[in-house]
Amino acid sequence: MREFNYARADSTRQAVSTHGRNDQAAYLAGGTTLLDLVKIDIMRPEQVVDINRLDLGGIETLDDGRVRIGALVTNTALARDERIQRDYAVLSEALLSGATTQLRNKATTAGNVMQRVRCPYFRDGVSSCNKREPGSGCAAIEGHNRSVHAVLGTSEHCIATHPSDMCVAMAAIGATITVEGPDGRREIDFLDFHLLPNDTPEREHNLKPGELITHVTLAAPLENSRSGYLKLRDRASYQFALASSAVIVTLDGDTIVEARVALGGVGTKPWRAFDAEKALKGQQISEATFKRAAEIALQGATPYAHNAFKIPLGQQAIVRNLTTLTA
Amino acid sequence: MSDHHKGDGSGVETFDARSPSRRRFLKTMGASSLAAATAPAWAQIAQAGQQQTEPVEPRDDGAPAEGEQQIRLTVNGVEHTLNVTPNAVLLDVLRDRLMLTGTKKGCDQGQCGACTLLVNDTAINSCLSLAVSHDGDRVTTIEGLSSGDELHPVQAAFWEHDAYQCGYCTSGQIMSAVAILNDDNIGSDDASVREAMSGNICRCGAYKNILAAVQDARGRMRGAS
Ligand SMILES: Cc1cc2nc3c(=O)[nH]c(=O)nc-3n(C[C@H](O)[C@H](O)[C@H](O)COP(=O)(O)OP(=O)(O)OC[C@H]3O[C@@H](n4cnc5c(N)ncnc54)[C@H](O)[C@@H]3O)c2cc1C
Ligand code: SF4
Ligand code: FES
Ligand code: FES
Repeated sequence: MREFNYARADSTRQAVSTHGRNDQAAYLAGGTTLLDLVKIDIMRPEQVVDINRLDLGGIETLDDGRVRIGALVTNTALARDERIQRDYAVLSEALLSGATTQLRNKATTAGNVMQRVRCPYFRDGVSSCNKREPGSGCAAIEGHNRSVHAVLGTSEHCIATHPSDMCVAMAAIGATITVEGPDGRREIDFLDFHLLPNDTPEREHNLKPGELITHVTLAAPLENSRSGYLKLRDRASYQFALASSAVIVTLDGDTIVEARVALGGVGTKPWRAFDAEKALKGQQISEATFKRAAEIALQGATPYAHNAFKIPLGQQAIVRNLTTLTA
Repeated sequence: MSDHHKGDGSGVETFDARSPSRRRFLKTMGASSLAAATAPAWAQIAQAGQQQTEPVEPRDDGAPAEGEQQIRLTVNGVEHTLNVTPNAVLLDVLRDRLMLTGTKKGCDQGQCGACTLLVNDTAINSCLSLAVSHDGDRVTTIEGLSSGDELHPVQAAFWEHDAYQCGYCTSGQIMSAVAILNDDNIGSDDASVREAMSGNICRCGAYKNILAAVQDARGRMRGAS
């Protein structure tokens, strides 16, 4: 692995000042994305700022019912938190569907939000890839684009999916990301955090140079809601989603009062399907309603040579999830 | 290596893998060329057991050189003071500096689980961990499981169920199993165990026996406590 300077931060302020606005610096949390990519020479930090000793490992319920998650809460700890399991089942299920036991023990909440794409052309270090080398082109568009490439939110410059499961659940729940940076603290709506590739696929998120994520705060749970995460993939475990859905519903008898739907595996960012939600609200539970909502969610999708199957698969992920939740 | 194994007619293969005599045989062979060149998994376990009777000496590197940082690591109960460069990976430090080669390097990218060990009792991938980040931590490797000649229940169960072929994934499998069996949050049914162990890839496909061994060890550990 290439050499870098290393500093361990004892406070958020120290972490931010050690990082500075240096675009050659990187925060180190669980390291499951960062060290992987440094080893294969895709990320090349000169300065690593280890944030593991910061006091950001707690989960707390705020007075307004929201739940504030520290950046360093591990994926395992978050999935197992009793409040998360009770009030946000969709989040617990999404976390547990991701990666492996060992990796989830290391992976942190902020690191998961910040994980990079799994596109093989991004990782191989030689193919043309606008994300890795802006302006070099996108090998995936004409290349192999079956499993980790999107049908929603793509551009002619990048079609890689955002790989996170956790983020799909958070997109459905609604959340705020709190960051601390050289210019102080600010909050970013979760849905504005990840960026569409558009003309600048190298810009993946809304952090300014040096900003550190300190918390992710979940919207208060919908009262009397049920929720679930359904992940469809090539094998039953330990694989990124081909298509996944995070669904939250509240019912009054057979009527859908509230619905939240987000998709993974099919979009270039965690994909909230607002129009599909509108098609569900106020409707009676029925397969026809679910199917219509699912079609709306995938409207405007662009298939590529090998991933056209993701359009019906994404629809099925919604229909089946809704069917199970409302059964 | 495997050609040699098959072709040398040494008779190694005619031993019953589960017979104690084979184990005693290998233990007397110790780290001889035979064991080193052809040792399958169970022999590595036997060797690990033997190493335990000759504990790793505490290591103290003295003052760090420029570009190095001093860390303290308690590995299998022994405290070491080590000087490491910032990019030194925990897996490599254990294998190359402390000669604890029971922990394996498979993919080196977090994908295979061969490097699984316990840090403060939690299973992690040591290939994606910087040694400096673990200053002050308590590490348990496969070498730290047995007490003297007494195999850990999970090791004994792997032995008895033949839960390996080449053995390369075995220490990682065992460390994951130990963590899972000590974790009340993970279900005890076969499906839960399979899911929880899915981060440990076995290229030989010994999964059936691995699962049997883990479930058997569960009973033994309950019996022990
Ligand atoms: C083999 C494998 C399989 C996987 N499978 C899945 C899967 O199925 N589903 C899934 O969702 N994920 C999967 N992952 C990805 C995994 O979830 C992420 O690697 C992990 O969540 C990253 O968290 P971390 O704490 O290890 O991040 P790190 O590697 O420490 O950091 C990741 C990035 O975030 C930055 N960063 C970290 N913390 C902060 C902070 N507080 N503020 C600002 N920036 C920060 C780092 O500088 C770095 O750029 C897999 C990973 C591997 C290696
Ligand atoms: S899809 Fe994105 S990440 Fe993959 S090669 Fe194209 S630009 Fe790079
Ligand atoms: S060597 Fe660490 S996971 Fe493969
Ligand atoms: S026994 Fe050969 S890889 Fe598992």
